[in-house]
Amino acid sequence: MSEPQDVIFKSLSDPTRRALFERLCRDGEQTVAVLTLQAGISQPAVSKHLAVLKQAGLVNLRHEGRQTHYAAQLDALAPLVDWTREMAGFWHKRFDDLGDLLKRMDQ
Amino acid sequence: MNQATAEIRTVVVEREFPHAPDKLWRALTQPHLIEEWLMKNDFAPVVGHRFNLRGDWGGVLDCEVLAIEPGRTLSYTWDFVNDDPAYALKSVVTFTLTPTAAGTHLRMEQAGFRPEQKQAFGGAKVGWQQFFNKLEEVVARGA
Repeated sequence: MSEPQDVIFKSLSDPTRRALFERLCRDGEQTVAVLTLQAGISQPAVSKHLAVLKQAGLVNLRHEGRQTHYAAQLDALAPLVDWTREMAGFWHKRFDDLGDLLKRMDQ
Repeated sequence: MNQATAEIRTVVVEREFPHAPDKLWRALTQPHLIEEWLMKNDFAPVVGHRFNLRGDWGGVLDCEVLAIEPGRTLSYTWDFVNDDPAYALKSVVTFTLTPTAAGTHLRMEQAGFRPEQKQAFGGAKVGWQQFFNKLEEVVARGA
């Protein structure tokens, strides 16, 4: 099986990679250097893990001068996330907008 | 596509609005008002009417009005066709309005399934589930 889910699960099955991915989700875009400082492993090792995450579509990278910045691609998790959670978040936001609209309708 | 293994799931979002049911009903059924809080649309309050909801992200939902009880209930299909079954969705959205002392209680229930959403992801992989729950919290905070 080579479904997107399997690729994502495989790439996140390694605890170090999972920790790197969680950091990118939590703290936003980071350079390899900054990620290495806190990962407790060498920079080449961090780069290797990031390459696996990139192949799974979980992160993307951006070059700026000599620095490479990595960012989490949360859309890639869509196949795994229970759609009801996504939709609940969607409807809560829509209800906020509905409340705003109703107020405007008063005026 | 094996729909027999697909699981029907439901999401319910409820809120009380300090406005009369009649006003809420207009916001739910008049296209120019629907657009202001939901999406661009060609809705018409007629059972059997087919329409589209067009999201800012470019996605188009296929909808059909299933039931209308003016001022009380509105129900329509909410289908998202996508080549990738991980994103496709077939569902029904039902709005129920109940008058309250302070205004109107609005209940939105969406029931449906993703054609190939495997049950295994929901139950067996508990560890993963926790991981994703945590991520979703992070994502929700950032949104």
